[in-house]
Amino acid sequence: MTLDSLQVGERGVVVSIEGTDTVAVRLAEMGVIDGEEIELVGTAPFGDPLEFSLRGYRLSLRKAEAVRVNIEPLKSK
Amino acid sequence: MSNAAGPLHVALIGNPNTGKSTLFNALSGQNVRTGNFPGVTVEAKSTTFTVDGQQIHLTDLPGTYSLSPRSLDEMVAVDVLLGTAANMTAPEVVVCVADAANLERNLYLYTQLLDLNLPLVLVLNMWDNAGRKGIEVDIEKLQASLGVHVVTTVADKGVGIADVKSAILAAKNQSLPQRPNLPAELAAAVSDLRSEFDSPPADFLLLRGLLDINGETEKRLAKLTHDKTFLDALNCHREKLATSGFRIPVAESRWRYDWIREHLKHCVVSTQAGQRTLSDRIDKVLTHRIGGVFVFLLTMLLVFQAIYTFAAPFSDAIGSVQDSASAGVESVVPPGILRSLLVDGAIAGVGGVVVFLPQIVFLFLCIGILEDCGYMARAAFLADRLMAPLGLNGRSFVPLMSSFACAVPGIMATRTIENWRDRMVTILIAPLMSCSARWPVYMLLTSAFVPDEYLGGWLSLRALVLFGMHFVGLILAIPIAWILRKFWFQGESSLFVMEMPDYKTPSWKVVGGRVLEQGREFLVRAGTLIFCTSILVWAAAYFPGDHTHLYEVQTELENIEQNETLIDISQEKIDELVAEHNQLNGELIEASYLGQAGHFIAPAIRPLGWDWKIGVAVIASFPAREVVIAAMGTIYSLGADVDEESSDLKETMKKATWSDGRPIFTLPVALSIMVFFALCSQCAATLMVIRRETNSWRWALFTFTYMTLLAYAGAWVTVQVGNWLLV
Repeated sequence: MTLDSLQVGERGVVVSIEGTDTVAVRLAEMGVIDGEEIELVGTAPFGDPLEFSLRGYRLSLRKAEAVRVNIEPLKSK
Repeated sequence: MSNAAGPLHVALIGNPNTGKSTLFNALSGQNVRTGNFPGVTVEAKSTTFTVDGQQIHLTDLPGTYSLSPRSLDEMVAVDVLLGTAANMTAPEVVVCVADAANLERNLYLYTQLLDLNLPLVLVLNMWDNAGRKGIEVDIEKLQASLGVHVVTTVADKGVGIADVKSAILAAKNQSLPQRPNLPAELAAAVSDLRSEFDSPPADFLLLRGLLDINGETEKRLAKLTHDKTFLDALNCHREKLATSGFRIPVAESRWRYDWIREHLKHCVVSTQAGQRTLSDRIDKVLTHRIGGVFVFLLTMLLVFQAIYTFAAPFSDAIGSVQDSASAGVESVVPPGILRSLLVDGAIAGVGGVVVFLPQIVFLFLCIGILEDCGYMARAAFLADRLMAPLGLNGRSFVPLMSSFACAVPGIMATRTIENWRDRMVTILIAPLMSCSARWPVYMLLTSAFVPDEYLGGWLSLRALVLFGMHFVGLILAIPIAWILRKFWFQGESSLFVMEMPDYKTPSWKVVGGRVLEQGREFLVRAGTLIFCTSILVWAAAYFPGDHTHLYEVQTELENIEQNETLIDISQEKIDELVAEHNQLNGELIEASYLGQAGHFIAPAIRPLGWDWKIGVAVIASFPAREVVIAAMGTIYSLGADVDEESSDLKETMKKATWSDGRPIFTLPVALSIMVFFALCSQCAATLMVIRRETNSWRWALFTFTYMTLLAYAGAWVTVQVGNWLLV
């Protein structure tokens, strides 16, 4: 599944990023890398953009950007 | 390299949201030089200070998450660091600022800096926030692990600044820090690539050229080789790397983050990992679907209030100072060219600059607070969807909203937009937002020519027109933004990969500094240009007419005014003189270069149903839209003191006819003038601020051209449709 399909409070582990363009580069630079755990902590009013938590900080992504990240969902704590 | 007597050149770099600017200001005190890096819109700030007798020259580089330049603007940082930027000496020491509470991600940039092989100082700023979040960094271990001098600071409270200064001094003579070894296949590729050049560029450029697909370094290298097949060779290297397991671009990040995690392993302990911090709890409210939107609307309303309403008394006060200065000059200097130059040129020019200061101060006070406390990122998050029709992201919301009060502070506020393309598009469409200076034009024409009728018995036609005028620019901004993206600012659509920083109490020092800086910048860099424009337009309206007779009448009038009780003169005689005075003024403006220009463009505006008088008024309003009313007053021989409420002006305009007796101002013509003013860029201040913010006359000229064409087209369509509907 992809990162945009997480529900608020759910976590996943990054598997891969699609593409080699600016979006992919920026995601990787921001630490969205395979093996990394990531949690959806909230969404904006129209359900887009999304706010994630990873590496101890908060990152906001649009759905169109989050859809580029393949993840493996994790069972909630 | 510097000798003992020369200054030590140092560059300051760091991620956004690390308090880098605050640290720069703390290091520099008041002694800051601002300008632009050559050829780009990126602002350059530098300062000089002395530590233990050694002069240090510090250059502030733009905040960035990485050193992978994707545009010329981002290339600036690389050029400065490599010493290849025009007129700049290569830095001998680099200071990297990192957020102490977010080390892992912040060190990504640090590991890229290591590839430069320069002495480094690592500053962990916002040290207090890390403590509050339960993040403990063992500095001794970190220094040993990275092999670099680490300094902790709380820049907005001035803590640790002296340590940074001494660390810079010491770094020059220290050994280079630990650096992640290039994976063998990558190192081989770099050395292969090196052999393609007769005189190879820095290894750093070769490495970035390989790693950044479609990046700016690639273009630079291709230019250096003069070899058209170079890009193919580069791609060949990349494919070889991919087959050996190093898949660009993700492999670089993986390799660096692995190294970072390994080196931080024993140095950083988070005692509250997984717990909700105070910042999280605030966020739960402020980004809530309902509560968050409510707070957002309230905040934006307050910001708008601040520039629209709170700034008004100050602008009024500036207006009255201007009036008394004019009155003062008039009481000393007799009617004549000197008085006209002083009052209508110089004093009006200075007033026309200073009048923007209250709005700029209030807006940057708001922006300063919102940025410093961390809310600006949330506002961008909440507003992102609203900006989607414009192809922009949430960062453009505050600048565009502010432009509804005034485009000058609005355009200055685009500095909060990181992405260069987004910033340019926002700057170029900001003047389309209906600013408060258009209001008098709408009011005058609506109340004079739109019938006071109600559609369906309840919807005021006048209100509908005023409403429409405020939205025509915003709606046209959507296709304009699309065209700008399509033809001038191509590239991938704007990103919204954005960090949401921790909330913190804003520092008044930081906010105050920001306000002062913006105010000073505006006065010095844009103000002089605005002033010059006012003087030029004054001259165009004054020359080449002979003012002798006008001044005789004026002197007589003033004489009567001063000795009212002594001179026995009838009111009719006075009225006659005033009428003669206004008549002469009207004739002189017609004879002036400005009037000639109005006649010159008459054939061009004929299709709009406009006569030359409207043409003169439009040209005369180039310094500022609201001037058009005074210009109309002068042309229609009513004097320049009329305002949008003036019934004299309205009556005169209603009576104005073509030579065959048809009225000039029909409803369609009145509407077309309003549409023209809604869309045109008759505001010298806006154009000068665009020139200042984009660092080029080209974009100021571009804005003027496209808006004038758009305004003309809009006015033409209005008149045609109006005439067709009303026949």
